[in-house]
Amino acid sequence: MANTENLFRVLSAIAAVVLGSGGIVILFFAANWLVDRLPKNIRPRVLPLVYLAPAVLLLFIYLVVPSLRTFYLSFFDARSQNFVGLANYLFAVTDRGMLIAFRNNILWLVLVTGISVGLGLIIAVLVDRVKYEPLAKALIFLPMAISFVGASVIWRFIYAYNPPDSPQIGLLNAIIVSLGFEPVGWLVNRALNNFALIVIMIWLQTGFAMVLLSVAVKGIPKDVVEAARIDGASELQIFRRITVPMISSTIVVVSTTIIVAVLKVFDIVFVMTGGLLDTDVIASRMIREMFNFRHFGRGSAIAVILLLAVVPVMLTNIKRFRQQEATR
Amino acid sequence: MTTLPRRRHGSNKFMDRLEQALTSAPVHIAVIGIAVLWTIPTAGLLVSSFRYREALTQTGWWTVFQEPLNFAQYHLGNYVDVLTSQGMGQAFLNSLVISIPATIIPIFIATLAAYALAWMHFPGRQILFVSMVALLVVPLQMTLIPVLRTYNLLGLAGTFLGVWLAHAAYGLPLGIYLIRNYIGSLPGDLIEAAAVDGASHLKIFTRVVLPLSVPAIASFAVFQFLWVWNDLLVALVYLGGNQNVAPVTLILRNLVGDRGQDWHLLTAGAFVSMIVPLLVFFALQRYFVRGLLAGSVKG
Repeated sequence: MANTENLFRVLSAIAAVVLGSGGIVILFFAANWLVDRLPKNIRPRVLPLVYLAPAVLLLFIYLVVPSLRTFYLSFFDARSQNFVGLANYLFAVTDRGMLIAFRNNILWLVLVTGISVGLGLIIAVLVDRVKYEPLAKALIFLPMAISFVGASVIWRFIYAYNPPDSPQIGLLNAIIVSLGFEPVGWLVNRALNNFALIVIMIWLQTGFAMVLLSVAVKGIPKDVVEAARIDGASELQIFRRITVPMISSTIVVVSTTIIVAVLKVFDIVFVMTGGLLDTDVIASRMIREMFNFRHFGRGSAIAVILLLAVVPVMLTNIKRFRQQEATR
Repeated sequence: MTTLPRRRHGSNKFMDRLEQALTSAPVHIAVIGIAVLWTIPTAGLLVSSFRYREALTQTGWWTVFQEPLNFAQYHLGNYVDVLTSQGMGQAFLNSLVISIPATIIPIFIATLAAYALAWMHFPGRQILFVSMVALLVVPLQMTLIPVLRTYNLLGLAGTFLGVWLAHAAYGLPLGIYLIRNYIGSLPGDLIEAAAVDGASHLKIFTRVVLPLSVPAIASFAVFQFLWVWNDLLVALVYLGGNQNVAPVTLILRNLVGDRGQDWHLLTAGAFVSMIVPLLVFFALQRYFVRGLLAGSVKG
């Protein structure tokens, strides 16, 4: 009985995959067949439509129209019935919880970006000199494949707290206790919990920064470094005067990418603390407004604020990326 | 150039090696230290997922290294438990059902659009391309509330179709950008030669352009697949409470909420959710990195 049920589950899963993936392909070929039936002189004008319509439609339905709608809804009340002017934005910049979310976001931005990029750069330079470079890089890069939810579980386990008289199963508290201190509630202590969450993001992003920066470091011409060495420059001088300036463009791209990722991170906060105990950030607060408080006006306003924060960073990023593409 | 080092190597080889080892020791310590530090959290999870429930709550996972080869302290029971009674098995299937079409659909649509944008002639081509790519800046939070409302009206909330289309749309700007740039750089002679031979756009697209675009498509595919597999936000919002269609990320997050202290379930569950991304990571690291580099502009 259980076996046939499982078989049924797997079969319906396969059917869903085939239907979902194949449906769009069949639609395209059907449209092509129809266009072929058209008179020859109209065909070249209709054909681009067949190729572009699916993309344009999806982008319109899922990105363009909803974004405009969210902007519109941000001027209405919780149930989107009465116009409230700028009240939601006023709330967003004056409410205590929102101010804490902004403060936390700044903390996240500075610490995650600064430490991930800094550490990533140091590793990128160091790893270039060891023979087991691929292995070391793979290990540091690995967290990048793990979801925010998975990473949250991993770190909840590290931060696990037991009362002082019982054994500590969390690694961090075990170390602290073995050094003679009291165990710490990393996720409930308001002075520490934000940093506990930030560490997770640093753990996830450092490998990303390292991989990109490592590519850039390897791109520095060897003779430039050799020449500096012959002139008697110390390794630190080479790092500061040659390495960093020569890869500054990559450093900017990596930083902006991490800034955008940090601005949009909601999963870690959502899974670890649910945004309680002063740990909210803008993106997690938006989801809470939407689900927990059912205030669609405020949720929309926060989303607009998020967009306004992301746009300038993304624009520099895309510009830089295109410059890099052009020079490659 | 060649004689000097050889002479030095001949006489002072040992001293040279020693000096080199001493100066490079801090580098090795730093690199190995960081690599180990970065691996410990995941390793702890993996080890714990094989330990017995009682052992997990009474001693730290590192205690297994007192006698690491004592296999009596490991078992697969946590995995059986989490896969069957906690619904992780169904969730694993759901994740596959969500991720595969949510990768194939945007690839197909993006490649079609990219081909038209690169090799078909029609007015407003460049403007259309730029405005599609400009959508990269829109955080998907901007779209959640209106799309969810529409889904509720149409009955698409809590369905696979709803998540497929949403993920496809969110991935399109990046896909179009990547694949259009690649297809645009294919040699024009090739496409023109095919056209002169009387091949239709459909033939050129399926026979010439598609096979040649595999590297760009692969990078985008790996990126999109992992993005969808690891996604919590889209699943949470559009699938809501429907447990029958929930992916691994959603079930894992519910486990954290409901059974937050049951580490035997959490560790095994987390590893079930990580196994596919890790396999993709190790098997396709080249494409993974390339997709990641390109995906760094995704909004």
